[in-house]
Amino acid sequence: MAPLRMKVLIVIAILAAAALIVPHTNPFVILLATRALAFSILVMSLDILLGFTGLASLGQAAYLGVGAYLTAILAARYQIGLGYDFWLVAALGMLGAAVLAALFGLLAIRASGVYFLMITLALGQCVWGLAYRWNSLTGGDNGINLQHRPKFGIDLADQVTFFYVVFGFFAASLLIMYTLVRSPFGRSLAGIRERELRMKILGYNTWLHKYIAFIIAGAFGGLAGVLWVHTAGIVSPENVVLTTSVDALLMAVLGGPGTLIGGVIGASVVLFIREYLSTLVHWWQYVLGGVYVLVILYLPGGLMSIPGRIRQWRAARSEAADTPNLAPARQ
Amino acid sequence: MDARFWLIQAFNGISYGALLFLVGSGLSLIFGVMRIVNLAHGSYFLLGGYMALSVIWVTGSWLLAIPVAALTVAIIGLLMERLFLRPLGFDPLRQVLLTVGFAFLFQQAALDIWTGNPFDIEPPAALTQSVVVGGLHLPLYRIFMIAVAVFIGLTLWLVMEKTRLGATIRATVDDAQMARGVGIDTSRIAMLIFALGAFLAALGGVIGGAFVGVYPGLDFEMLPIAFAVVIIGGMGSLGGAAIGALLVGLADNFGKALFPEISYFTLYAPMALILAVKPTGLFGRE
Repeated sequence: MAPLRMKVLIVIAILAAAALIVPHTNPFVILLATRALAFSILVMSLDILLGFTGLASLGQAAYLGVGAYLTAILAARYQIGLGYDFWLVAALGMLGAAVLAALFGLLAIRASGVYFLMITLALGQCVWGLAYRWNSLTGGDNGINLQHRPKFGIDLADQVTFFYVVFGFFAASLLIMYTLVRSPFGRSLAGIRERELRMKILGYNTWLHKYIAFIIAGAFGGLAGVLWVHTAGIVSPENVVLTTSVDALLMAVLGGPGTLIGGVIGASVVLFIREYLSTLVHWWQYVLGGVYVLVILYLPGGLMSIPGRIRQWRAARSEAADTPNLAPARQ
Repeated sequence: MDARFWLIQAFNGISYGALLFLVGSGLSLIFGVMRIVNLAHGSYFLLGGYMALSVIWVTGSWLLAIPVAALTVAIIGLLMERLFLRPLGFDPLRQVLLTVGFAFLFQQAALDIWTGNPFDIEPPAALTQSVVVGGLHLPLYRIFMIAVAVFIGLTLWLVMEKTRLGATIRATVDDAQMARGVGIDTSRIAMLIFALGAFLAALGGVIGGAFVGVYPGLDFEMLPIAFAVVIIGGMGSLGGAAIGALLVGLADNFGKALFPEISYFTLYAPMALILAVKPTGLFGRE
């Protein structure tokens, strides 16, 4: 237990440090960190499926889209969600995404492996198609702009306040998802990931487990959407398109699947490269593509596996040094 | 909405389907043989278009551009398979992710080399006219597209069904382990199929360049449509890819003409339903 508690403490310490340091940096960094936190809720939700259940989804952006469009439409059309009712809208966004996931899950959970990947892709594209073409509801290609952020006692238009609100949502999501994957339910998910047939034989209803995990992941995807649209001030089909789902998947893999917290690392690294490095150099996409390719080729456990790798390498080296050299000398 | 409307839309749908067949058949074969979902397939389509543009700018020959572009991209595909996908062994998820990494790299390379401006590939003047059939003006270029797809489809079918190589490929699709067991070099087959898939996608890119254009972002626009073709038709099946392409081409055209607000939905919702009910597609092998 001790190493695990140690790890949790390290994560809490790093997050707390980030929460204290970021507001004292410049507005650009604050904005970037806010975006990374909002998006990493989506990445963590995907990690529940990918890392803990073994289902690689290529349509997670659909749930972000539901949360984001719901928030934007309510705010832009009906002025709902700009005061204390922001909390109501956040809950609605989660609920809406969960309902969609419940619907999509009926189709998707039947498949596994690469077929699951493709069916989630198809379902994600359905949502994108509606966002892109249903002009009267979604504003089509232009999307929907939000004039200002909610104000309830505190004013979210203030960058630092908003950063703390998103940070709060992020921390709460992380805590809930962590509790979930550590629970008996989460353990059964891991069992399904390792070997579904065995779980079935043991009497688990694996379909139901996967279905519930899918709905929970969808709900958190919706929350990420609610926060994302207030961060960006706009929602457009670009947020729902295949590349956004692909991004989320790659971020989860980059950080380390099955770690949850790896999601925030993956999201931060990618957003840093995309939004900061891209202002410095024009070849930033080579860096992004290169990082992906190298991590997939050489670090299947993602960036989170680096400390473990180093420890292993050190242990192997000290062991090699301790072992007396018994090989006969070359003649 | 008279008969003319339906005929014109059907013709447009079929010619678009012809283009989709070129992209989808390669994707389908790659999946059938290697179980890889190649997310860089749209990039091959886009690279094909760009390569053709370069050849046309240098030599002025559209006819020369078609083979040069398709072969160059085929070599890129072959190298990608040999140097990166093969060493990963059988690990579909990592292979899929790797192809995305490459899609991003290709995207950047295309931006660097060909800038971000949209282009059109101009076919020879002879193909820009239209013919009148039964009172309908049909653009000759669309007829040309259909002809190319039919030609490629027939050639592939003959190779698959009538040659020894085709038989080994079919054996690999059906049961790769068994195929290896009876002495078929499945690794070589995988390499060939990957190169062939890239070749076909690039060919589609060149031919479609006059039709959909060549611009950044086209790669990830074509990709899901190509998937729809493959999934509806069935993975690893050539005939399935042809029927899938035709259905998607028609659904896309009629969807856009009849219900513009939900046109993409009418394309992807059937795809999801088919996957859920019969994951191997309408005509896929079990």
